[in-house]
Amino acid sequence: MSDEKKSTAVDLKNLKAGGFIKERGKDLFTVRLRVPGGRLPVGRLKKIAEVAEKYGQGMVHLSVRQSVELININFRDFDAVVAELGEGPQKVASCGARVRVPTACGGCEYNPNGLVDTQKSALEVDEKLFGTPTGHHKFKVGFAGCPFDCPKSATNDVGFQGAIWPVLSVEECIGCGLCDKSCTEDAITMGEDGKPRFIPENCLYCGDCLKVCPTEAWRAEKKGYTVRIGGKWGRRPLVGTLFAEFLPEEQVVDFIAAVLEWYKEKAEGQGRIRLGDVIRAEGADALLARLRERFPGFVVDATIPPQAIATQIGKDR
Amino acid sequence: MTTVDLRGVTCPTNFVKAKLALEMVDTGEVIEFLLDDGEPVKNVPRSLKGEGHKLLGLKETDGYYVLTLEKGEE
Repeated sequence: MSDEKKSTAVDLKNLKAGGFIKERGKDLFTVRLRVPGGRLPVGRLKKIAEVAEKYGQGMVHLSVRQSVELININFRDFDAVVAELGEGPQKVASCGARVRVPTACGGCEYNPNGLVDTQKSALEVDEKLFGTPTGHHKFKVGFAGCPFDCPKSATNDVGFQGAIWPVLSVEECIGCGLCDKSCTEDAITMGEDGKPRFIPENCLYCGDCLKVCPTEAWRAEKKGYTVRIGGKWGRRPLVGTLFAEFLPEEQVVDFIAAVLEWYKEKAEGQGRIRLGDVIRAEGADALLARLRERFPGFVVDATIPPQAIATQIGKDR
Repeated sequence: MTTVDLRGVTCPTNFVKAKLALEMVDTGEVIEFLLDDGEPVKNVPRSLKGEGHKLLGLKETDGYYVLTLEKGEE
């Protein structure tokens, strides 16, 4: 082997963690970058642009999971790309059977609908769980700040949706009726005394009543995440189903870790299988019972398995 | 009291017009806005509250709403 060939050897440690995806062209790869919650400082963005111009062909692709992907990267440049991005500092993401980079909306910082700090949750999960091998298949986590759910949380293996439980302090209410007006779910109606009545079974936990209330008579009695588990998209989509309500933001990482633990254990010997399909095989109660031990105040009493979406193509199974 | 008629003005133009009207009055002064039913009455009070103004009341009159508000700190 000539010296020239030796010098082009690639550090395989970079490849092992994933994030390098084979393209059609000879020697060309996509390099997926780690951008939790889809937010990044422009300094890092400039570094990414610099690397894309130098090693790619001056283009990047914005992935559907909020990542920036460098395209048309020659595998011989991997080490240089990783090193130069590192000056950003920008890290490479993952692929394969691992916990992926979490997605998130803008959350409560600047979005008027946001109820919880989804960006903070995404960063925490990225820091603590990103890249964890599942042993089976990919594992996706997403955070939506409110029930509008722009990030489509229920299509994730574990999906979080911001939620608040409203309570009225009658003394502060001026009876303007704005909450009744704003509530799209018929969870508030005006009583004969001119004060609003709450109809809990209709509430979706969106918090519109709090946001519109001129006197802050509506307050959040509980705040946290609605958690749906077992979602996925692709060839055989499943919508994740309800496992917990008002899970406090600070328990998110532990909750995901508990789900992961159950997944690894129950999928043993089944090869490449997603969490949703494991739940359908084992029954939702098995996971519900496990989670209830650890998160008793937040896990729901009963649920249903992740629901299959009729794609109308292929054979049902 | 200043009354600003925002009926027939759609979101978010009605909110921007309300903001401009508020620039013309002093902090602590009370001002009235006339708002259409539907999206305007759901969005405008909430947005003005978010800008630090104090909502004093909301009354329905002949199919539209009268929002009374005290201007907050600049």
